[in-house]
Amino acid sequence: MSSVLRKAAVVSIPSVRQALTRSNPILATSLLAKRSYNSKNGVEMTVRDALNSALEEEMQADDKVYLMGEEVGQYNGAYKVSKGLLDKFGPKRVIDTPITESGFCGLAVGSAFAGLKPVCEFMTWNFAMQAIDQIVNSAAKTHYMSGGNVTCPITFRGPNGAASGVAAQHSQCFAAWYGSVPGLKVVSPWNSEDAKGLLKAAIRDPNPVVVLENELMYGVSFPMSEAALSKDFVVEIGKAKIEKEGSDITIVAHSRSVGFALEAAQLLEKEGICKAEVINLRSIRPLDIDTIIKSVKKTNRLVTVEGGWPQYGVGSEICAQIMESEAFDHLDAPVVRITGADIPTPYAQNLETLAFPDTDVISRVIKRTLQQKIGAK
Amino acid sequence: MLSSQKISLAKVAAKAFISPLTVRTFATSAARNVSIDLHKNSFESYNCDAPSLQVDVSKEELIRMYKSMVTMRRMEMASDGLYKAKLIRGFCHLCTGQEAVAVGMETALTAEDKIITAYRCHGFTYMRGGSITSILAELLGRKAGISGGKGGSMHMFTPNFFGGNGIVGAQVPLGAGIAFAQKYLGHKAATFSLYGDGASNQGQVFEAYNMAKLWDLPAVFVCENNRYGMGTAANRSSANTSYFKRGDYIPGLKVNGMDVLAVHQAVAYAKEWTVSGKGPLLLEMETYRYGGHSMSDPGTTYRTREEIQHMRSNNDPITGLKQRLLEFNIITEDEMKAIDKAARVEVDLAVEESKASPEPDMSEFFTHVYQKGTEVPFLRGREPEEIYKY
Repeated sequence: MSSVLRKAAVVSIPSVRQALTRSNPILATSLLAKRSYNSKNGVEMTVRDALNSALEEEMQADDKVYLMGEEVGQYNGAYKVSKGLLDKFGPKRVIDTPITESGFCGLAVGSAFAGLKPVCEFMTWNFAMQAIDQIVNSAAKTHYMSGGNVTCPITFRGPNGAASGVAAQHSQCFAAWYGSVPGLKVVSPWNSEDAKGLLKAAIRDPNPVVVLENELMYGVSFPMSEAALSKDFVVEIGKAKIEKEGSDITIVAHSRSVGFALEAAQLLEKEGICKAEVINLRSIRPLDIDTIIKSVKKTNRLVTVEGGWPQYGVGSEICAQIMESEAFDHLDAPVVRITGADIPTPYAQNLETLAFPDTDVISRVIKRTLQQKIGAK
Repeated sequence: MLSSQKISLAKVAAKAFISPLTVRTFATSAARNVSIDLHKNSFESYNCDAPSLQVDVSKEELIRMYKSMVTMRRMEMASDGLYKAKLIRGFCHLCTGQEAVAVGMETALTAEDKIITAYRCHGFTYMRGGSITSILAELLGRKAGISGGKGGSMHMFTPNFFGGNGIVGAQVPLGAGIAFAQKYLGHKAATFSLYGDGASNQGQVFEAYNMAKLWDLPAVFVCENNRYGMGTAANRSSANTSYFKRGDYIPGLKVNGMDVLAVHQAVAYAKEWTVSGKGPLLLEMETYRYGGHSMSDPGTTYRTREEIQHMRSNNDPITGLKQRLLEFNIITEDEMKAIDKAARVEVDLAVEESKASPEPDMSEFFTHVYQKGTEVPFLRGREPEEIYKY
């Protein structure tokens, strides 16, 4: 299929559609509907459509994969991520659940023990707190407790972190909580390639995987490479990506924060202040500390950016691991964390804006830390 | 038993030292030519018919039931002794007195049916194919343990038995999920999810009931009502102690859980009910544990010794079956004594074997956190130098 696709400017859409329809009619209709053709950058896809493609492709490839969650079927998904899947696969494989997270998460985990490959959707990760016992005590730990006798190939997914104006109970980031659990893998996609590749990797992974999406990213479009459009495209879990190379300071971020980090890096370069290297973590657990260490050895400075609370967070973990590694000797300044504010998320817009990091905060912190030098007083 | 089941069980057998022969189902290869009438109070039904009071079994099945219960009791008594000798650590919840439930269930089911329960799981593990050695070794935390010594008392599994679960109530939605998988895969089998009177009030139990009924899952929910949730009597924890009626829109059946034949009859009935497409069913087994909630609980601060003694003398499942076997001339006293002795020898041998097994190798410390071949690059021990690379 990838041989058929070339840059949009060169290829004619009718011939692509024809070829695809012949080889895989169902996939053809849905994929062609999803992508938009941009004559400058080739194919673009929203994060939402990338996730939808991932689900569709994996359900097509393996009968045992099914999707379960609130409003995933007839409503086409609370955020439309599962749009069209009920029509394509039927009610046996796309299941609308009652509003009982603890119960349906446990049910999904049990079905994984018994040989199926469930994708358990939480409308947002905030609601998964009701089900966290099943995620941690049943899914994550059972392979170990059973001495390897029981397996749990389940994927948990849903939007994580802040949305917009949804206030305290609907804005929490769970990367640090799930990231601390041995037995789980945890991924946090930023762009469309991340979303498609990581969700496919998660579904194929025989371990329980937590996929932390972001509601505000669902509608954002990104270019998709030819490789990313393939139905066998996966992003390796546990490998970070250097989104922008730099030499003066390393910025490590995950999820939506990657976008702000890139904006800050561009701004600072334009102002002639520094060339920042931006690392997109992609995975929270396992954390690709090697990529970060390698970068710090090159740039000698590090800031982390995340949407979650500061205490005991992803940035805290990176700081600790850097301290314990050979990268410590290469630091010209202490590592700085940029995080969400240590408060329940406020509703008023001006306050909510102050509760999460953005391009301005990142730029300000980088400018400040560039002035620092270890030992200089 | 399906050949694929035999193969997977043989793998577990090889690992956990069980002889594949012990794993054979109670096949009705012999004619079920013994007809026994149950006491009229054996069942009480809710929105369904009660099963017939006439139980048809074979002589072989009856002897098997007896042997299983006797062996199970010996195994639990041995665990009691090992715990008091401080060879078993942590939690240890014994099922002494409740043997009829696990044994009666097994004779009515096949290897394709699945069972899941909470932490009072040693008896079920045994009936579902776990060898006595592998169970005792797991309690002792040894390499020969059914979970490699890494799980302990509450985390024992076989290919058709999903534990062994430590969080009260969590096993019920898990069990509904196993039933969901059976339906999804087109298996004509049922999943029996057990929980106690204490767990019956958990919200997630009702969530599981709801989905099982909505989706017609082949799920049988079994409340093992032994009258006490740890130290709390049922009427102090539950506004409604008619556990077989708690399913509301799910029909239920209360069963004399001290009578192995009543259990057998009810479970056969329940399996037929769910597998024939009538949706879920609820069973309440009225049973009793002689011991405390666990080895840390003497079991006498919240109930009288008279009550315990009364149950032992008048309702003991082994004594009850024994009386029937003699009454129907299934077996002689001497044959019975021989079975008792053989059970004692078998368990004593298993105790020695399990004690002889060493603790797990250090190399097992980091295995099974993730599935083999799909691990993370490394895991950390207690300090940066204790690092394990996969």
